[in-house]
Amino acid sequence: MEQIIFFFVAFLALASGFYFVFARNAIYAILSLIVTFFSIAALYILLNAQFLGIVQIIVYAGAIMVLFLYILMMLNLNKEDESRKKNLPKFIGVFSAGLLLVGILGAFKGLNQKTFAGNADSSVGLTKNLGRLLFNEYVLPFELASILILAGIVGAVLIGKKDL
Amino acid sequence: MGEVNTFIQAVPLEYFIILSSVLFSLGVMGVLIRKNAIIILGCVELMLNSVNLLLAAFSSYKGDGNGQILVFFIMVVAAAEVAVGLAIIAMLYRNTKSVDISIFNKLRG
Repeated sequence: MEQIIFFFVAFLALASGFYFVFARNAIYAILSLIVTFFSIAALYILLNAQFLGIVQIIVYAGAIMVLFLYILMMLNLNKEDESRKKNLPKFIGVFSAGLLLVGILGAFKGLNQKTFAGNADSSVGLTKNLGRLLFNEYVLPFELASILILAGIVGAVLIGKKDL
Repeated sequence: MGEVNTFIQAVPLEYFIILSSVLFSLGVMGVLIRKNAIIILGCVELMLNSVNLLLAAFSSYKGDGNGQILVFFIMVVAAAEVAVGLAIIAMLYRNTKSVDISIFNKLRG
């Protein structure tokens, strides 16, 4: 039963990812990327990582994708805006990505399965435990992350200003 | 609290490794074959998400919360990166009326 759920969600993620890469219309591509992000959020929740699932939905499927769609609709791209690449660079891109996939899978082949037997205490991803970890050991990176976000916002506003 | 998740027992870790490897390669392929700058930024997001998924899977299967904290920080950095990247793309569009990366050779140093 769990495997069926996993295969369904994984198929959803892969199908919408493929559509995202190969779709000609940019708006449809970004919309299918939202489906990919939602299915990854579902996988987080299945992994008992509720905190990450909620953050994924809020940050990725909410904020970042709204930003993408907003920019895409503001720019109002025409259909012929994306010039066609020649076939040879396209083929080389697909070939090297496939080579990378084979390399990654080969690197994981020697993984010691005994270390990850799957009987570990799986309540680490609950919001309570993760918040305790975040505000005890990782307080300094957390505060630095807020400064990073502030710098990002200021930088985006400065770059987006009309006369600079 | 403290009980073992049945999903983790039923689905082996290899499935997550394969899924996130395929998603990562998909993102790399999108960066290589597409020319729309916004789509390329989305492909980078796809790669970040696949690595996040792998980290979260390892963290859950090991029962160690540090990996999920790392995923959280990756998400924070990705949000800042997307804001700045989309601002850059919008500015380039205002100057060149296109988001095609093949005419963005103005960025040469």
